Amino acid sequence: MVGENWDWEPNKKQVTDLEIIRKKYSRVDELIVSPNGEKIAAPVKVDGGFSAFYNEDVWPETSELLWNLRFTPEGRLYGLARIDDQWTVIVDGTPWKERFEYVWSPKIAANGKSLGLIYKREDAYGIVIDDKPWENGFLAIRDYCLSPDGKNSAATVQMEALAEADIEHFARGVWSVAVNGSAWDKKFINAWSPIFNSDGSKVAAEMRSTMYEYSIAVNGEVWPVNYGCVWAPLFRPGTDSVLTPARDAGKWILTENGSPVWDKKFNQLWHVVFSPDGKKIAAVASEEFGRWTIVVDGKPWKKSWSDFVDKPVFSSDGNRVAVIIKDKNRWTIAVDGQAWSQDFDMIWDPVFSADSQHIVAKAELNGKYCAVIDGKSSGFYDQLWEPLFSPDGKNVLLKFVENNVYCRQVIPLSQL
Amino acid sequence: MREDVERVADVGLDEPIKKLTPERIEKTVNHVLDNECAARLKVYLDTCVRCGLCAEACHTYLSRDKDPMFAPVSKVKNTIWELVKRKGKVDGEFIRNMAQIAFTECGACRRCSMYCPFGIDISYLIMTARRICALLDVVPQYLQDTTNSHAATSNQMWVQQDEWIDTLQWQEEDALLEIPTARIPLEKEGADIMYSVIAPEPKILAQLLGNIAIIMRVAGLDWTMPATDGWDNSNMAMYSGDFEIMGRVERLHWETAARLKVKKIVMGECGHAFRGAVYDGPRWLGWQFPPIQMVHAIEFYYDLISTGKIKIKQKIKEHVTVQDPCNTVRGRGLGDKLRYIIDATCEKFTDMAPNQEHNYCCAAGGGVINCGPPWKRSRMISNRIKAEQIERTGADIVITPCHNCHSGIEDIIGHYKLGKHVKFISEILMETMEIPDEMRGEGA
Amino acid sequence: MYEFSRGPLVWIAFAVFFGGSLYRIISTIIQSKKDKVVLPYMKWKFSLRSIMHWIMPLGSVNMRMRPAFTIFSFLFHICLLATPLLTLGHVVLFKESWGFDWWTLPAGLSTVMTLFVICGGILFGLRRIADPTVRLVSSFSDFVLLAIVLGPFITGLLAYFQVFEYQTIIILHMWSGALWLCVVPFTRMVHMIMFPLTRGYMGCEFGYVRNARDW
Repeated sequence: MVGENWDWEPNKKQVTDLEIIRKKYSRVDELIVSPNGEKIAAPVKVDGGFSAFYNEDVWPETSELLWNLRFTPEGRLYGLARIDDQWTVIVDGTPWKERFEYVWSPKIAANGKSLGLIYKREDAYGIVIDDKPWENGFLAIRDYCLSPDGKNSAATVQMEALAEADIEHFARGVWSVAVNGSAWDKKFINAWSPIFNSDGSKVAAEMRSTMYEYSIAVNGEVWPVNYGCVWAPLFRPGTDSVLTPARDAGKWILTENGSPVWDKKFNQLWHVVFSPDGKKIAAVASEEFGRWTIVVDGKPWKKSWSDFVDKPVFSSDGNRVAVIIKDKNRWTIAVDGQAWSQDFDMIWDPVFSADSQHIVAKAELNGKYCAVIDGKSSGFYDQLWEPLFSPDGKNVLLKFVENNVYCRQVIPLSQL
Repeated sequence: MREDVERVADVGLDEPIKKLTPERIEKTVNHVLDNECAARLKVYLDTCVRCGLCAEACHTYLSRDKDPMFAPVSKVKNTIWELVKRKGKVDGEFIRNMAQIAFTECGACRRCSMYCPFGIDISYLIMTARRICALLDVVPQYLQDTTNSHAATSNQMWVQQDEWIDTLQWQEEDALLEIPTARIPLEKEGADIMYSVIAPEPKILAQLLGNIAIIMRVAGLDWTMPATDGWDNSNMAMYSGDFEIMGRVERLHWETAARLKVKKIVMGECGHAFRGAVYDGPRWLGWQFPPIQMVHAIEFYYDLISTGKIKIKQKIKEHVTVQDPCNTVRGRGLGDKLRYIIDATCEKFTDMAPNQEHNYCCAAGGGVINCGPPWKRSRMISNRIKAEQIERTGADIVITPCHNCHSGIEDIIGHYKLGKHVKFISEILMETMEIPDEMRGEGA
Repeated sequence: MYEFSRGPLVWIAFAVFFGGSLYRIISTIIQSKKDKVVLPYMKWKFSLRSIMHWIMPLGSVNMRMRPAFTIFSFLFHICLLATPLLTLGHVVLFKESWGFDWWTLPAGLSTVMTLFVICGGILFGLRRIADPTVRLVSSFSDFVLLAIVLGPFITGLLAYFQVFEYQTIIILHMWSGALWLCVVPFTRMVHMIMFPLTRGYMGCEFGYVRNARDW
């Protein structure tokens, strides 16, 4: 469980004085903090290039450019760096052995450890996981995914070069999906949104059968049914069964292996997610033009909102759903169909406590940031990172900047 | 009659019609008429009294010596009217002709709707014709190629992801030479603004990205750009009739902004992109209005100047005029703000006549310029009136806050040998904006 | 024959006219719901703003570009609608049947307006032939429709001046008037009913949605 070994004693630590950091370096880019809040870091300008500071330290390795500095869920610090005019990944100060013409789009596998990226080398594109690149490169890669265990990667790849404006060749299909560097036999007009099943043995992706017919391909096999459009597919957890929203006769439905899952049809349907136990399905839906809501197991919430409804988030017991909503230009969270009464200038994803009883989210109001717990905002900070519950649900971890000092504070829920 | 109109060879039109069967045409036409259209199509067709009052609105009609074939009503007659009348029982040649009219002789600028006493949305009828052509795979080659690029890369010029990020990084380095603290912050979650552009900027006009880094720094704004697909706000699929790809592109653009937690998107100087992002895209996806605020460059620069966030050091002395882009002036009412910017930055300004909502189309927008080289001559002939209109202003510089207008007017200036320059507002700002000395010295 | 024309025919004509018009309006609204993107964008303020500009003579740029044609066209439409409604002979019939009446036009003015409609209609017809664009998009049905529009005015005038046999002419007048009413909802004359809807919608697309003028 996330945070099991972290310091959950209620206290407040002043981790780093940012005033000192800003005096020390002529340029400090965007600050990031580790999931446990113990570290703060950013790319900084140093003599001869860029490096990353973290707390009071700095990486010894200097690069010509360093960006996209992030922490992995387990707290390793990595960034994309240009060294000697070649690109690589630096993890906790140590560059990978492999060098690339370019490397970008980092993703962490569901195991929280494996780090994947797209690379370009010698005019070929591939995927690299933890310093191990594909053996085969392709003409282009657009979209990729990692298996939950981080051992496999799949990407949409271009199989044949297109002459300028060769629309006829394009329509014959030059795109496919490659898994660990080996492409499927079949080529499609387009392929998008590849995704692995739970054990990494199967990959599903959106594809285009003709210019105006869409379907889903699973391990290279295309469903026998076509739709007017489809969105990103996903596997039913622990199975090889694939679900996707599909546009059928102008209305969106949820389909599983080509058969409708729910009776209901929608004006729009996307962001399908499963509950942690895999028993429930939630998605974003629009029943009436311009109105958005969440549908759980085919049943839409009674309330709907005008501007925007984000991807739904299940509680760990799967009985509750929370989601970011925006209505009349104000942001807040809706839980099980009810919006919080307070609204904000911006709000971040809701996080459930392990017992599913409480929700916390970072929010912005008038240029300051606060943690909102079950709809009630608490203290405001100059900068705040997304708050978390302790595994026992009794405390909340706040990571914030106050008076130019980065602080880590564990506060009992009862005091918020 | 219609035979007098030059037939231009285009493999996107000529090849697909060879494969069309009468059954496929009939089925497709009736599918669109019955399932994708409802009140508007029927009411417009029934209400039009064939008065011809729309004719004078159209730049192609006026530029081609009032050839009746180019009047908006004639374009509808030769496309949708006939399809409805014949219930889709037409041949490939009819479809080809329809494609030529709908894609290359109408810029969907909607000027004619302001001249129709009934406010008939003729552009909508032409877009319906385009949709039918698209479903029959009859689309001009270069326009289809742009749509293919959107489908494959989510941008309109086949820009690879590494090219995009790399371009931003070297443009940031260029901007640093001007202001040592200038940045192009990538993937900055929680910034106020996501700045989005169209693909020609990284592909061929990269200095515009460096310019925005400087403008943002001078204005002191908190902004970001995505390092993922979703950065391109353009949408030629909207104009080629591929609404599924249009929706996919717009969805990604909006969801990228939502992922970056920005409060608004500011978009560069492009008109059709505004239309796609604010009107056509959201509507197809099911949003009544865009999910997040979208601010066009005209409005953005107006705000920066009028609130004093950027100050003008010296106005440019050359004589300027301005093109009103259909999608931001007729399509957003930004004409006065545009003139405010020009007054603030230029010493001598002569407006075009007609102007504001009534300005003539650039003949490049609406996907017309994207139909590519085969159609350039036709496009030039179709906009003699714009050349004459520009000439009458006597200006040396034409300011065009839209990429399509920019390219289209550059072509017209070349074709009609007008000897004028075309500039974006951001280029004017780079010449006139005050960069405080302490900012130039910062960090140096 | 006269009795039928004077009685049931009028009822039928009005029933078809009002019923048909109502049907067109309702079906348009239902179809608009199916169109999804029409009704949510409609606001009275912007609809009326646009309609006002377009029912006001010279209220739009296009009208100001051709002032003579605009004035002529407005007068034609005003005469077309006002003359039958305010002609003494018609009002008398209402009074006889339903017991109420209203202000009527002096006979001379009525005649002048009728003549204006007839001449105007003929000029519209000639314009259909003379203007290359209008000719290109016109069909035989446009001329038939024009004839239907002018029919009651011509026969009315003939009846008033008792040219030819009055009994026949007046029956012809009634039948042509009935035909006039009956075709409105089902031909291009439906523009009379649709004008507020199409104009109102466009007024909103420009004004409410796009913050721009459409005149």
